[in-house]
Amino acid sequence: MITTVADLKRGETAIIKEFDEIDVPLKLLEMGCLPGNRVTMMQSAPFKDPIYLDINGTHLAIRRETAVKISVEIHG
Amino acid sequence: MGKSINVSLIGNPNTGKTSLFNRLTGLNQQVGNYPGITVEKKEGICKLDRGLKAHILDLPGTYSLNTTSLDESIVVETLLNRNSKDFPDVAVVVSDIENLKRNLLVFTQIKDLEIPTILVINMADRMERKAISLDIDLMQEELNTTVILVSARKNEGIRDLKNAIANYKQLTSQPCVNASVIDVAYFDTLKKAYPNQQVYKLWLVITQDVNFGKLDRNRELDDLKQHKFDIKSEADLKKMQHKETVVRYQFINGLLKKVLTVDTAHAKDIRTRLDRILLHKVWGYLIFFAILFVIFQAIYDWSTYPMDWIDAAFASMSTWVNNVLPSGPLTDLLSEGIIPGLGGIVIFIPQIAFLFLFIAILEESGYMSRVVFLMDHIMKRFGLSGKSVVPLVSGVACAIPAVMATRNIEDWKERLITILVVPFTTCSARLPVYLIIISLVIPDQRILGGVFNMQGLTLMLLYLLGFGAAIFSAWVLNKILPIKRKTFFVMEMPAYKLPMFKNVAITVIEKTKSFVVGAGKIIMAISVVLWILASYGLGEQFNNAEAIVKEQYAGQNLSDQEMDQKIASHELEYSFIGYIGKGIEPAVSPLGYDWKIGIAILSSFAAREVFVGTLATIYSVESDGEEEQTIKNRMAAETNPILGGPLFNFASGISLLLFYAFAMQCMSTLAIVKRETNSWKWPAIQFLFMTAAAYFVALGAYQFLR
Repeated sequence: MITTVADLKRGETAIIKEFDEIDVPLKLLEMGCLPGNRVTMMQSAPFKDPIYLDINGTHLAIRRETAVKISVEIHG
Repeated sequence: MGKSINVSLIGNPNTGKTSLFNRLTGLNQQVGNYPGITVEKKEGICKLDRGLKAHILDLPGTYSLNTTSLDESIVVETLLNRNSKDFPDVAVVVSDIENLKRNLLVFTQIKDLEIPTILVINMADRMERKAISLDIDLMQEELNTTVILVSARKNEGIRDLKNAIANYKQLTSQPCVNASVIDVAYFDTLKKAYPNQQVYKLWLVITQDVNFGKLDRNRELDDLKQHKFDIKSEADLKKMQHKETVVRYQFINGLLKKVLTVDTAHAKDIRTRLDRILLHKVWGYLIFFAILFVIFQAIYDWSTYPMDWIDAAFASMSTWVNNVLPSGPLTDLLSEGIIPGLGGIVIFIPQIAFLFLFIAILEESGYMSRVVFLMDHIMKRFGLSGKSVVPLVSGVACAIPAVMATRNIEDWKERLITILVVPFTTCSARLPVYLIIISLVIPDQRILGGVFNMQGLTLMLLYLLGFGAAIFSAWVLNKILPIKRKTFFVMEMPAYKLPMFKNVAITVIEKTKSFVVGAGKIIMAISVVLWILASYGLGEQFNNAEAIVKEQYAGQNLSDQEMDQKIASHELEYSFIGYIGKGIEPAVSPLGYDWKIGIAILSSFAAREVFVGTLATIYSVESDGEEEQTIKNRMAAETNPILGGPLFNFASGISLLLFYAFAMQCMSTLAIVKRETNSWKWPAIQFLFMTAAAYFVALGAYQFLR
């Protein structure tokens, strides 16, 4: 099973892997969501949506439906 | 007059760009609109040395030159059109020291357009605390430009920036990233097809519509699309844009590795700790509602005093005009038409100013983004976005800024629904109507153990009704609108900041001013027109009113004053406005209104707050100026022409309240909606939908209650 940003637990950090360019908005890339960058799950709203992330020092919120499209690799 | 340099301020949101703009221009600024669209255009003049002047344009915040919203589109348009009068001689890119990496993205794009560009690094005062150090000299060398450290908050580095602007001719227009590496062959064909154009500019024009809907554009390069020479599919173009972003970040990462060092051990973030509480599943919501509660309390409690002063001042001004000026039609127009009409706008200033004050503070501090985060999931169920919360809350002041505040909602369907439902929220223009009707028909009693005042409770219910109507119609619209959602939602959670007094003050002054001037023009015009229509008429019945009435009441032994009253009343009935009113009476009488209320409703279609003013004008023309009664007493004395009894009773009062709660009675809002949606279709639908709802709800309520 592929791990995505949506699967991260609070406070957990992972590295962004490749993702399908069509599904992920360009704006997210512009804000630093690029393969190889570090992502930390800061907090989630009730119903786990939206999700509050720290991507490479930029704090931002995205919806769950976008988060499930970004696959990540969790380092032990 | 010295030479003026065109400067564009560009940068990511939350970099303190506006603070810097305020520092550079002070109060020497003006807010207008870009032609054809309602995006605020902030311009100002900044004096430089040697008699030079800079004309500074504060462009909307943007993360890149890849258009995904209307705001970003403005920036791109300005930078692509070399013939525009706003085209910058020099671009100033504002970044913030803590987010330098992300901020540099847009810098590299502008640099690649070969526009001379200065890089400003703001919030430099935080460097020490955050243990950040930066090799400015090396950075200037690598980026081929001037880099300036400033602190807009502490007013540091502003002189250096002004000097750099004055010396803009020394800047090179060298690009810094070669974007064509993403697809060399494609960029070669571009170059061949348009040898005289700069290739990066061509690329931006081609990709302009990929992520954002079409806009009307007239630009030198418009033929680019007509020639259909670009054979890339939209999906391919998107892929290339993604690649471009990666290439740019590679450049930026390489640069920052050389010039920037951050001691991460020091990087303790207060933001994380505050967010723990403010975004908490329980506390977060409680705090939000507590803040809302305080805001509403403050608006009503604190504004009472200045509003009372304004009210008294205008009343005495009318009396003064009547006493001092020679009597005649002009004096009447002034004291019966213009002054009461003006008073009707000025009285809103305290409330509007307080509301904008709170909204400005919430936005400046960074809290607004947290509200969006908290509300997004709930709002999404109704077809709205978390970002719709800001328009819906500010709709309580006025729908016009609220409709403009929808611009940062990325998804077109969510944005459209928000625009369509915002006018249901109880705007301040409804307030005078509500207040006067409530005081007439709802008893001033305390219920439930003396805690709740009935009148206050009714007012609160009307506010809730407005929100309810907005949410419900959003849900309906979401079901019926045949627009495919292309939802994505990305929002920066900026660091918390103490709001800067200067920024808040300028926002409050600017917004209040535009409300007063905008609404003022309409109300003024309407009160003059109404006064003329009510004071003049044609035909026997109007011209010979005196004789006719005297004959009618002959032998009834009326006092002079009563007779004057009857004559004035008769004249009004046969004045122009009387004819119009009688014409619409059949439509409004099933709702429990007479023709005078009909006229007041009709004139309220220009702006709701005209209602009270219209009745005031009609009644004061009728009262013949003998003894100015308060408008409320006059309304209480009116009788229903068909049924007898007071005209404003419980049934007709509730019917009126409901009518005003639902009806789309605001020309200015319709005009804004037209501009924001770029078609007459949506305002027309909005108008018909809301007004029909208002009519039938009011009809049902009156027929049920009477």
